[in-house]
Amino acid sequence: MALNGIQIFKLTPKKNCKECGCPTCMAFSMKVAQGAMQIEQCPHMSDEALASLSEATAPPMKTIKIGTGDAEFTLGGETVLFRHEKTFVSKPRYAVALCTCMDDAEVEAKLAAIPHVDYDRIGERMHVELVYVNCSEGADAAKYTALVEKANGLGRTLVLGCTDPEIAKAALEVCKDGKPVLNGANASNYEAMNAVATEAGVVLGVSGKDLNELYDTVAALEKLGNKNLVLDTTGADIKETFANTVQVRRAALKDQDRTFGYPSIVNLVKIARGDHHLQAALASVFTMKYGSIIVMEQMTYAEALPLFGLRQNVYTDPQKPMKVEPGIYPLNGADENSLVVTTVDFALTYFVVSGELERSGVPLNLVINDAGGLSVLTSWAAGKFSSTSISEYIKTEVEPKVKCRKLVIPGKVAVLKGDLEAKLPGWEIIVGPREAVQLVKFLKDMQA
Amino acid sequence: MPFNQKPQKFNAKINAVTIGSGDKTVTIGGENSFPFYTFDAPTENTAKIGVEISDLGLDEFSEGVKAYYEGATTMAEIAQKAAAIEGADFVALILDGGDPNGANKSVEELIEVVKEVAAAIDCPLVVEGCKNVEKDAELLPKVAEVLQGRNALLLSEKEENYKAIGAAAGLAYNQIVGAESAVDINLAKQLNVVTTQLGVDAKKIVMNIGSAAAGYGYEYVVSTMDRIKGAALGQNDNMLQMPIITPVSAETWAVKEATASEADMPEWGSADERGIDMEVMTAAADLAAGSDAVILRHPESVKTISKLIKALA
Repeated sequence: MALNGIQIFKLTPKKNCKECGCPTCMAFSMKVAQGAMQIEQCPHMSDEALASLSEATAPPMKTIKIGTGDAEFTLGGETVLFRHEKTFVSKPRYAVALCTCMDDAEVEAKLAAIPHVDYDRIGERMHVELVYVNCSEGADAAKYTALVEKANGLGRTLVLGCTDPEIAKAALEVCKDGKPVLNGANASNYEAMNAVATEAGVVLGVSGKDLNELYDTVAALEKLGNKNLVLDTTGADIKETFANTVQVRRAALKDQDRTFGYPSIVNLVKIARGDHHLQAALASVFTMKYGSIIVMEQMTYAEALPLFGLRQNVYTDPQKPMKVEPGIYPLNGADENSLVVTTVDFALTYFVVSGELERSGVPLNLVINDAGGLSVLTSWAAGKFSSTSISEYIKTEVEPKVKCRKLVIPGKVAVLKGDLEAKLPGWEIIVGPREAVQLVKFLKDMQA
Repeated sequence: MPFNQKPQKFNAKINAVTIGSGDKTVTIGGENSFPFYTFDAPTENTAKIGVEISDLGLDEFSEGVKAYYEGATTMAEIAQKAAAIEGADFVALILDGGDPNGANKSVEELIEVVKEVAAAIDCPLVVEGCKNVEKDAELLPKVAEVLQGRNALLLSEKEENYKAIGAAAGLAYNQIVGAESAVDINLAKQLNVVTTQLGVDAKKIVMNIGSAAAGYGYEYVVSTMDRIKGAALGQNDNMLQMPIITPVSAETWAVKEATASEADMPEWGSADERGIDMEVMTAAADLAAGSDAVILRHPESVKTISKLIKALA
């Protein structure tokens, strides 16, 4: 359980030595209780006090790292159940599943399809980050290892779904340098699996037939000294899986039950096999509610475009607006002679405006410059979307590339027209509509 | 030591609102837990699905949707086919053609469409205006009048026109009022407050708190719904206890992920598949955040979301 400042204070040396940077031990204790400082920052803490305190002041949910290099991902570390309470920190990662039960042709098709989805959206690379390799019952070590080796060739971080310690050990031999997850511990094999995972230095996935069994197995593994875990919350069906996933996260964050303070694995292949649209719906649900690794049968552009967009939205920090990169965005096949339109770099504004502009079918160059990621009126009021900032950007970036000398500005900043005309000689400044929805009509009228 | 399960109990609940009349009605809302949290409290009424049809016919719809409606030429036939989709709970007629910046159909013309659709089907009916506040203020009261006795849900009154629409729908003709605001908890509450001050029964209001397609500022939708459900249940705020309906299809079928043709974006693959997944994923997220009803377009999306709701109920 979390301690309050007074409880922590009782364990400090009460010397007020100021070596931690705080004026008094009391002040230090209050900061530790709020999570602003770590207990280790006090140089005079006794070992016993440290041990009991670091446990009690540890964050409610552990941060687990998987993969290496570019394919290293952080899971967990969440502190809130709803994003408006603070922010979500570790995005869920999506895995496409391979299985020893698939024939070679199917495996090859999956391996070829996985790298196909790879694109950029508002500065973030969108691709299938993980590959889940399942060892079905009856498969032997040679077959499974061969499949793991093939999957490893993709260069994505692997999640091994395997409950046999011997087979898992053999498979880890070929892929452990990539820091995969070994998802396979349960109530009957956890000791052996723990040894395999610890020896290979990889994260261990734990499952149980219900939440009680999962809870006990996690507690037993913690007793063995392993806290490098993820919890497979997949149940017998969709309802049970959702209930497990939500309750595990809620127990950790709301009720401070640290035994459940680990990231989750949700395997949609098990609960919606063969139904891609239902898996799409579920991937969306578990992106909203507490999946850390989400396993699916496929990830084509149809699934990826909405899903990665949703994840990017849900995992934005509410205190930091999403911004698009400054630049000239040609729309509807625009060239250097096409009309110039400008707005701010706030992602929401950009998407609404560019969507309407695309709908109009009129070729034009949408010019975005740095306006602090704020909406039109806010950035104007903050002086970040001004006649100076717009005219400078037009002069340095747009004039060399675009021949058209007509600029449409948002109706909400119509006041800038005069200044812009003075600062941009040779340009015709046109005041656009106040709302994006009026753009289609506005542009059509302009063409007429 | 087993896991100590701690259900989250609320002493408040979302209003249950029944739409439709006669044998075929649907009830939305009534829950006293977060969406699909059946481990806290059993589901009172499962979330409901409406099928979108438009007075503009099928021209704007994707190939897959058109294929389903093949053979249906009149609005009556289209409405019947919509009501027959597996998993459909109600039909949502959108009067897009009334938009002064679009087809600009007259109110009389649109009322004829409403009458034709209402006569053709007996399932619960939702009628949505053209989203132009002046035109809707004229149109929706007339819709409320011709649908007397149907107990229909009318979308939407907004801050600018709530007096005309709220009074006609909620007071004069005893329909259900849809209150639409722009993805902000305070705006949503404010509109409910002024609507009830007109004399409209709070239990005859359904909210449309605004929506977005996944990836298009969707974080505002999530947080607005999270906060509304939190205040409605946790703080017993009776001006936020109205159930929420979200017209998903109108947003998702307008974004480029759904509209770009396969010829333009060959690597993206089938446009219809993209449209379905955009609709399905946005609807699933809406339901997980707190929508009590969603409006969808593609028969496959309706079927999928219906499966999802049943599986989580």
